[in-house]
Amino acid sequence: MPDQPEPLESYEEGRAIAPTGAGGASDLATAEGETLEQSPSAASGGRAPGGPLGTGTDKKPRSLWSDAWRDLRRNPIFIISSLVILFLVVISIWPQLIASGDPLDCDLSKAQEGSQPGHPFGFNGQGCDVYTRTVYGARTSVTVGVLATLGVAVLGSILGGLAGFFGGAWDGVLSRITDVFFAIPVVLGGLVLLSVVTSSTVWPVIGFMVLLGWPQLSRIARGSVITAKQNDYVQAARALGASNSRMMLRHITPNAIAPVIVVATIALGTYIALEATLSYLGVGLKPPTVSWGIDISSASQYIRNAPHMLLWPAGALAITVLAFIMLGDAVRDALDPKLR
Amino acid sequence: MLLEVRDLHVEFHTREGVAKAVNGVDYSVDAGETLAVLGESGSGKSVTAQAVMGILDVPPGRISQGEILFQGQDLLKLKEDERRKIRGAKMAMVFQDALSSLNPVLSVGDQLGEMFQVHKGMSRKDSKAKAVELMDRVRIPAAKERVGQYPHQFSGGMRQRIMIAMALALEPELIIADEPTTALDVTVQAQVMDLLAELQRELNMGLILITHDLGVVADVADKIAVMYAGRIVEHAPVHEIYKAPAHPYTRGLLDSIPRLDQKGQELYAIKGLPPNLLAIPPGCAFNPRCPMAQDVCRTDVPPLYDVTESPVKRSSACHFWKECLHG
Repeated sequence: MPDQPEPLESYEEGRAIAPTGAGGASDLATAEGETLEQSPSAASGGRAPGGPLGTGTDKKPRSLWSDAWRDLRRNPIFIISSLVILFLVVISIWPQLIASGDPLDCDLSKAQEGSQPGHPFGFNGQGCDVYTRTVYGARTSVTVGVLATLGVAVLGSILGGLAGFFGGAWDGVLSRITDVFFAIPVVLGGLVLLSVVTSSTVWPVIGFMVLLGWPQLSRIARGSVITAKQNDYVQAARALGASNSRMMLRHITPNAIAPVIVVATIALGTYIALEATLSYLGVGLKPPTVSWGIDISSASQYIRNAPHMLLWPAGALAITVLAFIMLGDAVRDALDPKLR
Repeated sequence: MLLEVRDLHVEFHTREGVAKAVNGVDYSVDAGETLAVLGESGSGKSVTAQAVMGILDVPPGRISQGEILFQGQDLLKLKEDERRKIRGAKMAMVFQDALSSLNPVLSVGDQLGEMFQVHKGMSRKDSKAKAVELMDRVRIPAAKERVGQYPHQFSGGMRQRIMIAMALALEPELIIADEPTTALDVTVQAQVMDLLAELQRELNMGLILITHDLGVVADVADKIAVMYAGRIVEHAPVHEIYKAPAHPYTRGLLDSIPRLDQKGQELYAIKGLPPNLLAIPPGCAFNPRCPMAQDVCRTDVPPLYDVTESPVKRSSACHFWKECLHG
């Protein structure tokens, strides 16, 4: 069925990667996407709740986006998660603002020592300051998360969107390719592909995430483009002489992009977790790069002697992932008119 | 002749087989003339219009035969981008449901202005001014203030007027209105039809009005083509058809109009269902439902006979048109 969005099927395929660990979170993202996709009015309208015109005090023209923004501003989950994310972004750009030390300046004589003045989180196994490393680790996590999400969103929505719009043979080929990628367990794929990489930069990890992540987004984009394409106004635009590119950019994209944004936001959190997972397994980032995953990995052997070494980076990771998932959730609610 | 459709055949390839949606339709519209195409759902009236506009979904649809001559030029022989230049500029379409036919995330001004940007290469600012002008023309109050509003902020009648404004933007020679008033209140229906008819006169456009509402037709149409199972079964000037239909299907349609003097009685309905397009009955497609059907109707497909008794040109695809005409 080349012309049908396949919500049920992709849900199950999303689930297929769940048992491998980090995939469990992307399963969540897939499921969230479906909720949106199945309500075509989420993308195309939700006009109904718009108040009667000209009668109220609210005279500003309202669209899906301005309605969503109004909702978001009042949503405490959105406010909290975006403050956390704002804080993370700021400290990943300027970590010196709150951490004066150097994350690579370590003193072995202080290894595994607990909290003390000037070093609130204590020291890790190498005698490095855990506080400084946790702050500096945010940069890696945010960089990996944001770049991987951007790559996945751009690649996935372009490929999926074009397949959905043109349909036919290309759609068939692309759908089978995404099936192949869905069959690769994320962590196993990471162990195989990244173990041969010697570079210690973030790029191989980001590349790997884009490679394995785009099929998820392309499926969402394909489904919502197919839904949007069937709307009468696309047909009307065609009847009034709009070209393919104009129909895609002006009429379909704005009505199909909401599920992509939601899934991408939630996926951002999962990529940060995936980076930590891969680093923990020793195939992600490598020292001297400072990363929560690396710190969690090296601290895990000493969890009984010095739990603080593990808890601080793990806590930071958990809060970050949670913040992005909460943000995605809030955005999804705001863009779904049925919940208004 | 502005538009001439000749022997048009459209089929849809589905999993169950080939659905013959249009089986040899001929009709024509001249400038300033209104042709009403009548028929039940599935009779092929909208598919014919989509084929004329060139917005048929291909595949599964396919135009297997026929010609569509627009100002003497066969549209089916043109390349896609040549046809695209005609769409909107020279022929335009008004859709049934204006709410779903307007993009919810763009303001109406943007959508009206788009016509000028696509076809005339105007700037955003100029096209906005044009949009206000158009909204004035279809009598939307406070057009200047409302040009930035979104479709959901307008009432149903106003949305349909905006659709009409969009179709009229570039003063096309032909307008196809696909059930333009079906989604509207009865009171608003008349306003919208009047507006459409008035603008048609003003611009001397050809109008193809697709409808199943016989009441709408009587006021505005010059001639009527009645379609059944993808064929035209009767073609006649509007008053002739109301006076004396020459096809039992048309008679059935006219008898189905509820009348005030029928109060308390059961309403008339044509028995049976429209045929399955995958398996159109042999002979006359209407024969299973026809009260006048004879053996010949089950075997021979009736050609479109000239109704020779009529003073004006009219035709009927019934073996027994004479009997039908005399009631």
